[in-house]
Amino acid sequence: MVNPRNAYGETLLKMGKKHPNLVVLDADLSKSTKTIIFAKKYPERFFEMGIAEANMMSTAAGLASCGKIPFVSTFAVFATGRVYDQIRMDIAYSEANVKIFATHGGISVGKDGASHQMIEDLALMRVLPNMTVLAPSDATQTGKIVELMAESKGPMYARVGRANAPIIYKEKELKDLKIGKGITVEDGSDVSIIACGTMVEPALDARKRLKKSGISARIIDMHTIKPLDVDLVKKCAKETNAIITAEEHSIIGGLGSAVAEIIADNNIPIKFKRMGVPDKFAESGEPKDLLEKYKLNEKHIVNVSIKLVK
Amino acid sequence: MKHYDDKTVHELDLMAVKIRKHVIEMLYRAKSGHPGGSLSAVDALVALYFHHMNHNPKKPCDPNRDRFILSKGHAVPALYGVLAESGYFPVKELKRLREINCMLQGHPVCTYVPGIEASTGSLGHGLSFANGVALAGWLDKKDYNVYVMLGDGETDEGQVWEAAAVASHYKLKHLTAFIDRNYLQIDGNTEDVLRLESVRKRWGSFGWYVIEIDGHDMKQILDALDEANNHKNQPTVIVLNTVKGKGVSFMENNVDFHGVPPNEMEYNIAMKELNFLQEKLEANN
Ligand SMILES: Cc1ncc(C[n+]2csc(CCOP(=O)(O)OP(=O)(O)O)c2C)c(N)n1
Ligand SMILES: [Mg+2]
Repeated sequence: MVNPRNAYGETLLKMGKKHPNLVVLDADLSKSTKTIIFAKKYPERFFEMGIAEANMMSTAAGLASCGKIPFVSTFAVFATGRVYDQIRMDIAYSEANVKIFATHGGISVGKDGASHQMIEDLALMRVLPNMTVLAPSDATQTGKIVELMAESKGPMYARVGRANAPIIYKEKELKDLKIGKGITVEDGSDVSIIACGTMVEPALDARKRLKKSGISARIIDMHTIKPLDVDLVKKCAKETNAIITAEEHSIIGGLGSAVAEIIADNNIPIKFKRMGVPDKFAESGEPKDLLEKYKLNEKHIVNVSIKLVK
Repeated sequence: MKHYDDKTVHELDLMAVKIRKHVIEMLYRAKSGHPGGSLSAVDALVALYFHHMNHNPKKPCDPNRDRFILSKGHAVPALYGVLAESGYFPVKELKRLREINCMLQGHPVCTYVPGIEASTGSLGHGLSFANGVALAGWLDKKDYNVYVMLGDGETDEGQVWEAAAVASHYKLKHLTAFIDRNYLQIDGNTEDVLRLESVRKRWGSFGWYVIEIDGHDMKQILDALDEANNHKNQPTVIVLNTVKGKGVSFMENNVDFHGVPPNEMEYNIAMKELNFLQEKLEANN
């Protein structure tokens, strides 16, 4: 188990060394987002902005306009909803080379409660023109994605959860990782489970259990929600009999909606089910209890798969 | 004009210790939450709910009640303690803070708990909300007072200063804001993170009447509240000079206890210290 947030901090350090233009901004959460790792090594390229996120976003856009590569971090709630117009105008509309890296996405944030559990960020960012939207699934992929963010142009948003996560990938398995190209982690023929972020691991676990029930599941790690890998979705629709999407995000507007749009627009006749947080604010609780109550774990992926396939 | 005697002050001080014990107990059980900013806020909350404010736990929606808004929502354990001891809900509920399927959320939610006026947790909103409540009072020709508490770090937020401008523009004389001036936020000392000084001058220049006191001295808090109510053409801000983690030696002025609960050993020491304080106060009666 490694925390993707640590991978973010460590990769910032590595990219900071390689790119002297890389700068980092944080809003009084550097110990949680792990930008503190960068701040310690490069204090002159780290800007502590205080608890003032809107100001931080527009400042980052200004830095980017002068050729800097700003990475901006805070919790996902404050990195999107709190600052939406600043992102819209100064970053998305302006095509600013700002990289927003948000932590504490999803309900597995746990006991702080719904105020801190961001389940709308993928939707909010996805709907912005020019914005790339990313949700890496483990620490290795987070590191790789942060590298790609630093080295590609344009506005980008990435989110990870709060918790430690099992390692899914070895570094060399991701050497060809591309933004916008999903990964077929495991192949299968009955159902494609297209997951992102914290839901990839439970999907992989579910696959093992489904196998025992005679169901062959393909697992797609759709780390890029936008631009979505349309070809891969079509391929899954062609080669498997059903598609399930799974994300730690509202059922509205995220990965599931993006996949549904492709299916609908292309008149693809396929059994389809979205898994996400129902259209309500969740609550305080232990992460695992919340994921059970809101039906976002291995067990529920198995149940949904069996129901859909038979 | 003094509305209190020494006995009242003594009782309030005792209640403050009781609330601090609730805070430690709750956070220890929940294994998460924010001790530092809860403990620094306790005395002002006790003064409001057990002496100063016009409120009735049996009628939490009384249109004429005074309102309190906790803008620094992460300090809600202190407020839950005060609300429970006031009778808004059973004290035993405190044991379930932050549990699934439970009323007491990690940050305040107005639709969950009687007595919680505003849902907070995202910093910077509370003063604007309080302005709205005060403007409604003016529209409805009601006389209620509105109180709001902000963290000092919280005043980094631009929205706080938009709200400060509105309150003074509309001469919201029924509005009193507390700043919990404990000099710490998460990444360190407020003056290192993003300089706030001079807090007095800032609020003054925004058109507020500024009172600065020791935020752990009950008499000073009660006097300041009276002064605020008697001041009739401006909103008032009471800068509470406080100690983050107040009452528990190893939490005091310790940024590491912003958002980390006590472990078992720390819990035992904290309770011992607070019990000792309580006994000392009781002996002084
Ligand atoms: C908008 C927003 N940004 C960030 C946070 C995360 N956060 C919670 S408490 C805190 C520090 C608050 O410091 P201060 O206002 O001084 O409170 P206190 O010292 O009284 O605990 C931060 C940054 C938040 N809750 N809301
Ligand atoms: Mg503070």
